[in-house]
Amino acid sequence: MSAPNIALDSVIELQRQYRFQYEEAQKAYVLLYPEGLIRLEGSAGEILKRVDGKTSVEGIVQDLQQTFPGVELRQDVIDFLEVAYGKGWIRTK
Amino acid sequence: MEKAGSAPSNVKPPLWVNAEITFRCPLHCLFCYNPVDYAHSGAELSTDDWVRALRQARELGAIQLGISGGEPLMRDDAETIIAEAHKMGYFITLLTSGVGLTEQRIAAFRAGGLDAIQLSFQDSTRELNDFLSSTRTFELKSKVAKLIKQYDYPMVLNVVLHRLNIDHVQKILEMAEAMGAEQVELANTQYYSWAMVNRDHLLPSREQLQRAEAVTNQFRAHVGNKMKIYFVVPDYYATRPKACMNGWGSVFLNIAADGMALPCHEARMLPGLTFPNVKDHDVRWIWHDSPGFNAYRGDSWMKEPCRSCPDKVKDYGGCRCQAFMLTGDATNTDPVCDLSPQHHLITDVVEKAQNPDPGKPMTVHPIVFRDDKNSRKLGEKHAVPTPAAAPVDS
Repeated sequence: MSAPNIALDSVIELQRQYRFQYEEAQKAYVLLYPEGLIRLEGSAGEILKRVDGKTSVEGIVQDLQQTFPGVELRQDVIDFLEVAYGKGWIRTK
Repeated sequence: MEKAGSAPSNVKPPLWVNAEITFRCPLHCLFCYNPVDYAHSGAELSTDDWVRALRQARELGAIQLGISGGEPLMRDDAETIIAEAHKMGYFITLLTSGVGLTEQRIAAFRAGGLDAIQLSFQDSTRELNDFLSSTRTFELKSKVAKLIKQYDYPMVLNVVLHRLNIDHVQKILEMAEAMGAEQVELANTQYYSWAMVNRDHLLPSREQLQRAEAVTNQFRAHVGNKMKIYFVVPDYYATRPKACMNGWGSVFLNIAADGMALPCHEARMLPGLTFPNVKDHDVRWIWHDSPGFNAYRGDSWMKEPCRSCPDKVKDYGGCRCQAFMLTGDATNTDPVCDLSPQHHLITDVVEKAQNPDPGKPMTVHPIVFRDDKNSRKLGEKHAVPTPAAAPVDS
């Protein structure tokens, strides 16, 4: 495993060729980019919805915990964001 | 199991609309995928027709919108169409040669909500770029590339690869990096339309292809995440067919300049099918109920060896247009598949492409450039493109 790119105090944003939106026909959040589309299942959509270029990873975790109380999700969020970073969807500011 | 021609009940909505808003183009590329007889197609849709059709497709669930052509900038209402489509919530990419992309127009696209621009180059050198497109456009394209960055657009660089330029992949990728492209599509020519007519000039040798792939992989390691590089292999070098359009009438809706709605860019050539026009029909009916869009959905139309093949759910038997062009029957297995009894139709051509001199054409017949005059002639001669056996332009 390579060195982590995402820390709790990282502020992240979408790479600029990506656009995030909710699609009624898909009943899901999607990431759109030139000639492509990624359908985001449940938690992935909830996490990326909170990626705004202002909130830190810790802030995202806290906001998610308010929405989904009683679920320990800190590590899941970091793991997902590492994957998203690896795929080039997001960058750190 | 549904009967042939009946509407399968589990049709999913289209995701991707390709709007070929005009067939007019200032370039004359020898591999153009527009129909060879485009000069015989009907009048272009009006602005209102486009906006209505795009709205109907969006209501069905379409998200991705390509504004292409021809050269879409030949229409002076491209700004209006894009701005209206943006309000509907599409992610919009303009696919352009760059010709006509002035600062005034790019500013208007920015204001209207265009998401991305795909700029085509024919080569990394001015000489070959201008030869392949039969125009002097290299300098202009380079200026447009700067303009795209100046307006902070993600840039997708598209270069169609073939025998004459595939050995320049390293230089092409260096050019893309220098331009700051976020995404590069090295799209090996697929042999339809004008590319089919010019196939003997365009099909690379296996050695050329392997070299280009190796160079591409090295470059990927060098640029990392900064630039995404797609390398589309020519299906003639595959042993299993491509899942063409991800299945007929599955995700892709092509609307041609004259309003004809098609399951792919090329399906107009298929005999015995009638494709609806968005001027006459609602996109919902077109997508779900029109006989043309249902013709090759599901697998009830398949023959052997596809019918009993476990891979039919992966590749859908390949490409209907290629099956028709090469075997004369669109319900045959795509001959790219090595299980096809007609696979030799591919391997014979591939074998011919190995010698004698990569980088040079394997035919003495002249190149047929895409232009109105050649299109009118080809439209008279045959609807189905075949490799030019004799000069068209005498």
